[in-house]
Amino acid sequence: MWRRSASFILDNQQRRKDVASSSKPESISLSPPQLSSMADAFQNPNSSNPKNSAYYQTRAAHHGVVTSDWLAQAQAAVGRPPDDQASSEPEVPAAAAAASEPGRPFCVIDEFNNWRKQPDLAEAVAAIRALATVIRSSEATTMMELEIELKKASDSLKSWDTTSISLTAGCDLFTRYVTRTSALEYEDFNSAKSRLIERAEKFGEISYKARRIIAMVSQDFIFDGCTILVHGFSRVVLEVLKTAAQSKKLFRVFCTEGRPDRTGLRLSNELAKLDVPVKLLIDSAVAYTMDEVDMVFVGADGVVESGGIINMMGTYQIALVAHSMNKPVYVAAESYKFARLYPLDQKDMAPALRPIDFGVPIPSKVEVERSARDYTPPQYLTLLFTDLGVLTPSVVSDELIQLYL
Amino acid sequence: MDARRSSRAVSDPKVRHVGFFTPNAPPLPSRTQSGPPAAGSPPLSESPASNSFSPVMIPPPRHLSDVAERTAAVPVPDSAYRRTAAGDHVPVGSYNPSESLLGTSPVASPSSVAGDGELEFSGESSASWHRWRDSGKFASSFPSGGFELTMAKGSENSATKGKNLAAASNAKKPLDVPEKSGGVVTEVQNELQPTSKPLKAKSTKAERRALQEAQRAAKAATKEGSKSATVSRGVAPSKPVKQPSQRKDASSVAPSVAASEKKGGDRAPEKERKKDVPPPRMQFDDKNRVEKAKKRSVFHQTEARNRVELFRHLPQYEHGTQLPDLESKFFQLEPMHPAIYKVGLQYLAGDICGGNGRCVAMLKAFEEVIRDYSTPPEKALSRDLTAKISSYVSFFTECRPISISMGNAIRFIKSRIAKLPLFLSESEAKAALCADINSFINEKILLADRVIVKHAASKVKDGDVLLTYGSSCVVEMILLHAHELGKQFRVVIVDSRPKFEGQALLCRLVAKGLSCTYTHINAVSYVMHEVTKVLLGAASVLSNGTVYSRVGTASVAMVAHAFCVPVLICCEAYKFHERVQLDSICSNELGDTDAIAKVPGRMDVNYLENLAKKENLQLLNLMYDATPSDYVSMIITDYGMIPPTSVPVIVREYRRTQLWL
Repeated sequence: MWRRSASFILDNQQRRKDVASSSKPESISLSPPQLSSMADAFQNPNSSNPKNSAYYQTRAAHHGVVTSDWLAQAQAAVGRPPDDQASSEPEVPAAAAAASEPGRPFCVIDEFNNWRKQPDLAEAVAAIRALATVIRSSEATTMMELEIELKKASDSLKSWDTTSISLTAGCDLFTRYVTRTSALEYEDFNSAKSRLIERAEKFGEISYKARRIIAMVSQDFIFDGCTILVHGFSRVVLEVLKTAAQSKKLFRVFCTEGRPDRTGLRLSNELAKLDVPVKLLIDSAVAYTMDEVDMVFVGADGVVESGGIINMMGTYQIALVAHSMNKPVYVAAESYKFARLYPLDQKDMAPALRPIDFGVPIPSKVEVERSARDYTPPQYLTLLFTDLGVLTPSVVSDELIQLYL
Repeated sequence: MDARRSSRAVSDPKVRHVGFFTPNAPPLPSRTQSGPPAAGSPPLSESPASNSFSPVMIPPPRHLSDVAERTAAVPVPDSAYRRTAAGDHVPVGSYNPSESLLGTSPVASPSSVAGDGELEFSGESSASWHRWRDSGKFASSFPSGGFELTMAKGSENSATKGKNLAAASNAKKPLDVPEKSGGVVTEVQNELQPTSKPLKAKSTKAERRALQEAQRAAKAATKEGSKSATVSRGVAPSKPVKQPSQRKDASSVAPSVAASEKKGGDRAPEKERKKDVPPPRMQFDDKNRVEKAKKRSVFHQTEARNRVELFRHLPQYEHGTQLPDLESKFFQLEPMHPAIYKVGLQYLAGDICGGNGRCVAMLKAFEEVIRDYSTPPEKALSRDLTAKISSYVSFFTECRPISISMGNAIRFIKSRIAKLPLFLSESEAKAALCADINSFINEKILLADRVIVKHAASKVKDGDVLLTYGSSCVVEMILLHAHELGKQFRVVIVDSRPKFEGQALLCRLVAKGLSCTYTHINAVSYVMHEVTKVLLGAASVLSNGTVYSRVGTASVAMVAHAFCVPVLICCEAYKFHERVQLDSICSNELGDTDAIAKVPGRMDVNYLENLAKKENLQLLNLMYDATPSDYVSMIITDYGMIPPTSVPVIVREYRRTQLWL
């Protein structure tokens, strides 16, 4: 509906002319004034930050902590994303985990952390790279030894962060993919090992390129003039939107705020840099704006065997709202996030807890739901964009069976 | 009741073509129509008569539905075999013979028939030949094909009539038929159809061979030497013996090309039906066939008189009448192995029930048979043994319709027998088969159960309330295992009349110290709100995700769905089946109607006692129902936990790894 309105044309002309105030006119035309001013405040943080930062400063003063998430957010909002890693897995107390790891001559965790220093490299891809290095630097002389070593390394990686689904799934898939080759049977050890390394490299390459492939695959689904609702910050979704913007597609994006990490702010910031018209919503305004939305785009922490996804808290309710209004829900997820999990309901998974600050002190009697993720059942998802192609949710299980059986 | 039935018969005659018949209406109008003119009229004028019952609209539904129903209903369908065996023309499937030939049936002129034939059998004539073979007629000479059904038929004949004689002919048949019939057929072909194209000749040849083969099989029991007769003429006299109406029009094969083409087409599916359909899935509303089946059967079950209209295609017997009969025949049933006999009687008496139990009992019996088996002189082990097993299977089905799990196991055994290397000596072959059977029991049933238990127990959390329905051995194992792991949970056992299987389960669970609630299915909506998970067993899971299980399961699953309680189906992968079934009507099992009419232990509640013989009372005791996949959250198999949408993948993998090993 938006694409047909005159304001769409107008906006575009405006946008082309005036890059700096790109999102301003349409947010004014479409949203309540106070909301737009808030959105403005976050999109142009330099100008109108003080008001919000004061709020957060008081909050920090009350609790005596400034959450690292928020600092990252603030810094990101200022313009330069200093460390992608910190916000890519905000729920992990990285320092503590790093401290707990034992020091060894060759430590897969060190390798993993090395890889993780690269911006834009997903955690699972880093793990995959690290495991490939394990094979390469292994001094094993038999296949069995090598496999055991690989298994140990992947176990230690998995235990490094047990709540991360993509890390676990990535490690599992890697061992599965790499060791499941007929080459192991008839070749001598060295050539078999080089074959393994080859496969490991290939898998790493596939995983690394996955985001690009997904972005290409999903372009057909973004049409001119569409309105996309995005929840949370997902690098895949960002890549998709970036590719769409680069191919001169005209669309606008609604970003949810993404409490408590405020990941939506970061995404809106990134999108604003790309000149994509973007509007921020508070998380509770999803149903309010859903009638304007043409499609919902979310990333995923993990794709489970039922075809459902585990993602940042709030995805489930957005999917429910979208489903009830017959809007398609698209999930962009790399195939290394396919996990052999099958949650039956929301409570049926390892909880990932995180501190949540409400801005005011909470009485000790009051309980706080601190779970960071929820599970969206497959019937509320329309399609999954993966590097294996565009899949319906039921195909996920088929792929997993093919891989694991 | 009667008024309703007759009016329905009048108003909607097409309904009857689907296979559900009314008893008062003239049975099978298509048959009666085609029968009399065929009997009285010369063959050429008979083709319009057959046209009259095969205008474009009517027969396709009938035949197709028949065929579809049959393939759907066959517990050991060989459609997968056919498909894979046929190889390059996968989409053709097994339906096609009837389909394609139905297309030609209204056509009367030879030229158009030829055109049709060309269309149908374009190019790959060998492939089409394959298909003909695959569709069950030459199955016995085709090692990987669906031979068992044919053999079941053939060897059943042997069981009843000339035992040794028929067995001999049975084993000989696949050997000598091909070359002989091939020679004769081509000869006849040439003189019959000088103008027809080679492609078409191939097709009719195939048909004729199939035809001849079938006739031979039918005659084998009575007359062994008659197979050397010329194709169409020689067989014609024997036809009316079997199926009067249909055989008549079959006798017109020779005279005209068109007629032969058409008749071959009409008869091919007919014959295939006759030969393929094993007794359990026979359409029991077809009187002719029921009569024939009765003649053949080892023992006689009395059929119940009043059957519910929708389920007339299923067999229903008066229970309790067969045992004395069978016992009296004990010493006459020479070819029946005592182990088979024992297990069959146990099925009949209901001593062995449950998919796994029946399957294991059957496999053990087969193992004993194989151990005691010695190849008769001048026979090949693989063929003779397959025939034997087929006859045993048909005996089992007479005792009680075989379950899907048994069907899959039978399929496994037969494929193993067919795949035995030729160089093996008899003892080696027997040892290999016994080892195969044992490993099937161990890996596919026992080990699978253990894996399922492990998976399912991981889903049981402290504080759960698990509901189960009836008595499933896997579910029982899961509950016990979870209890052993020290999980704190409660069990709700929902039970139903008339079997009260849940009570036995309840006893065992309570004895182990689990805290249980016992209720009947009437109260399921009342207890459901406190339940956190529903664990159910299954007789089979079909490839559209439909769960085929004890009657009542669907209701429990639907109530659970309405209460947003996840439904977990526990089922070993060997019970999966590639069939697709949308309802529980077309394939089901009818139980003893007395069981629902009487209330055990309550002599005062006997309202139905005097009504049982009434004409307008129909009792229905269904054994199974089909739960749509929408109500199933998860299926736990030995391959892990999968959504119902992934069943076809498992079926595919399972076939490849297990049966085609």
